[in-house]
Amino acid sequence: MTLFLSFARSLPLPGRIGLFLVCFWLLAALAGPLLAPYAVGAFVDYDVFSPMSGKFWLGSDYLGRDVLSRLLWGARYTVFLGLGAALLASVTGTSLALVAAVHKGWVDEVVSRTMDTLISIPSKVFALVMVAAFGSSLWLLLLIAAVTYVPGNFRIARAIALDLAAMDYVTFARAQGETPIRIALGEILPNMLHPLLADLGLRFVFIVLLLSGLSFLGLGVQPPHADLGSLVRENISGITEGAPAIIAPALAIATLTVGANLLIHALKKGKTA
Amino acid sequence: MTLAAPETHQNVTRRGQITVSGLRIVVGPPDAERAIVEDVSFAIEPGRTLALIGESGSGKSTIALSLAGYARPGARIAGGTIEVGGERVDLMDGKALRGLRGRRVAYVAQSAAAAFNPSRTIMAQVIEPLLVHRLASRKEAMARARRIFASLSLPDPENIGERYPHQLSGGQLQRLMAAMALITGPELLIFDEPTTALDVTTQVEVLKAFKAAIAESGATAVYVCHDLPVVAQMADEVLVLQNGRTKEAGSLGTVFGTPADPYTRALLAAADHGGLTRLPRPEQECVPLLRIDGLSAGYGKIRDGRPEVPILEDVSLLCGRGEAVGVIGESGSGKSTLAKVVAGLVPLADGEVLLDGTPLPADLGGRSREQFRKVQLVFQHAETALNPVKTVGELLARPLALHHGIRGAAAQKRVAELLDLIQLPAATAARNIRALSGGQKQRVNLARALAAEPELLICDEVTSALDTIVGQAILELIDSLRRDLGIAVMFISHDISTVRTFCDRIMVLYGGRAVESATCAAFARGPHHPYTRLLLESVPQMDPAWLASSAARAAGTGLPLNREICRFEPRCVSAIRGRCNCEAPPLRQSQGHGQNHTWLCHHPVEALGAE
Repeated sequence: MTLFLSFARSLPLPGRIGLFLVCFWLLAALAGPLLAPYAVGAFVDYDVFSPMSGKFWLGSDYLGRDVLSRLLWGARYTVFLGLGAALLASVTGTSLALVAAVHKGWVDEVVSRTMDTLISIPSKVFALVMVAAFGSSLWLLLLIAAVTYVPGNFRIARAIALDLAAMDYVTFARAQGETPIRIALGEILPNMLHPLLADLGLRFVFIVLLLSGLSFLGLGVQPPHADLGSLVRENISGITEGAPAIIAPALAIATLTVGANLLIHALKKGKTA
Repeated sequence: MTLAAPETHQNVTRRGQITVSGLRIVVGPPDAERAIVEDVSFAIEPGRTLALIGESGSGKSTIALSLAGYARPGARIAGGTIEVGGERVDLMDGKALRGLRGRRVAYVAQSAAAAFNPSRTIMAQVIEPLLVHRLASRKEAMARARRIFASLSLPDPENIGERYPHQLSGGQLQRLMAAMALITGPELLIFDEPTTALDVTTQVEVLKAFKAAIAESGATAVYVCHDLPVVAQMADEVLVLQNGRTKEAGSLGTVFGTPADPYTRALLAAADHGGLTRLPRPEQECVPLLRIDGLSAGYGKIRDGRPEVPILEDVSLLCGRGEAVGVIGESGSGKSTLAKVVAGLVPLADGEVLLDGTPLPADLGGRSREQFRKVQLVFQHAETALNPVKTVGELLARPLALHHGIRGAAAQKRVAELLDLIQLPAATAARNIRALSGGQKQRVNLARALAAEPELLICDEVTSALDTIVGQAILELIDSLRRDLGIAVMFISHDISTVRTFCDRIMVLYGGRAVESATCAAFARGPHHPYTRLLLESVPQMDPAWLASSAARAAGTGLPLNREICRFEPRCVSAIRGRCNCEAPPLRQSQGHGQNHTWLCHHPVEALGAE
């Protein structure tokens, strides 16, 4: 705990705000279902798009369900699915990029062309086929989102890694007889972390959008559950009334992504200073 | 030089008169500012050339740029006055400065290759200042540019403007950048280390062109340079700087002839390469450590012992234990490729590299841990050779763990010893590599190679990115390590005078061939290959008359298409027509001395002449 506090103190103000927002949403995702006042699919209000009240803190949605409860459940999907998929995509993409950059030649060629093939498949169509073949499940969604964003991360990581692989310190390591793994992880990767973290933040936002798009098509998180993106979508008609049912999940997405990016940006600064 | 006290009867300011007084330039936020230039005053009479000299960080470039009203991002001109032709540059606003720069004050940067836009023709860029300031029509501008090209003795002045930067050599680009500066007929020319990145033979031509151009244009010039012999050729007045303060100022003859300040004396001593203290070693029995026989190497696929792009051909070299071997050559001579072949980074196509009598495998995969350890490479640029995310301790501990299995407390102890060896405090181990200065980084770079306890240390231009004084210290360090630890050193450099004082054997590379190789004693006696002679003659001397007396070397450029004949033939002033351009040169050996001195030339010994 003290370690965490000293870490928080080392960050500049925007970083602390980011850290707070990320922690807030992580807690919401973890403890949300315990805190939710109503069941996620229960119709509890006779009115739809009702405003904030003591009974329904964030009002009710287009079917008269409690928005707060749905938000707390939804955070779980968005945070874990989005973050999980973004991490999976980045780790896979970067690992492949390092293999390509260290070995070069035909290895690079094979991996790069495979990635080009993957990038040419439209993500929604790919998701459709996968869901049709295996049925919708959370693991499958995670995998789809990750696979969709691996090539993008791979391209960025490969470009950076190739540049770094031409540096003298990598040449020196090779002349010492260091193993390729050691060169990739010990010499190249530490210099790639900052741009990769920025990329991770970006991918995370994309994945949240992809997941909500999939949910809209009925391929994503299955009703009555919904992730934050689909909460926005399903309540879109409430926008004319300024209903909290649409504003709350939109704000949730905004604070989560902005928070994540603020934190990442602060980490970058903290490292270079 | 008159210091900042304008005489009363001379109130009419003249074009090209530069007066700077009490100049102060600071960096950092207003509440925590730090002066990088403090109380510098000088005046330059119209048409004279002032040289600013000092180590890096002495503020010489900062002062030169301030004459154009420019301070680097983060720095500010905080006090004092700067007058160019009677106008206060320090008081000018953005619009006035735009009118000043490129028109009345022009700048020639160190690296012309980086200063030209690669996607536009030379002509478009050279005439740009005229067009921007609406001083001439495009047609007039182009005509003027061609005249300047001719006066800078550039080849084919009529058409050179149609080319793109990548089609020209570094020396040509440097002259073209001077053309860009001269085209508006400025009253002040600022040269910022304009020949530092060039080979010595190219430097001579460029310096001559600059000197003639400055004289012809009648402009006042400020010449920033850390190479004192070059300053001796170019300057009328000298201002010596250290840490942003004036150490000494005066005419060239006075400052260089009778230096008053100890710092100036130290600079002059370092510039004079005799300053390197090297004990004369008795000629001892050579125990061969590294033997290179008939080596050919290059890039691309290797077919029948010839790579697609051959770089080195038939190079042989011997280096005994504890000896220093110098490899000299200009850029493109293949000297770095030779280092990489020995280190296993470039596969050899033909020939043999023997270490301790056993052939080194051609590529890294086949080498044993011991072989990796025995050969250590020290790169030219410590900035890129040391991983920026690591601390000094981590960098030095890695070879210990890799080659000797030393870890933990024992490794820390050894790191401290290594730091002591390179004369850095033990506390440096915890510092990030980015926090060190250029000279300190180069020391760490050296220490990392020593951590492996090598038998052969390959130093690739280790001092060329450093200042004279710092470079001198690094050289002395390498030399003492060689003596104390018995490490053989392969010293790769373009600087023939350093190599001469430092090495036991010398090999001169030109176009990938060893045109001459000799022991140091035999080398001192001569005779020399025509290329070696050219190199020796191109090293700037402290004598201000040297540049004018050095012979013009405007023979052909480039390498001959026929790979059999002498590589130097197109540039050789003493080439024999019908022989040098037709037949392969024979390998000659000097007679009588019993010394190992060989060179590749058609000329017999007598024609080359011994010293």
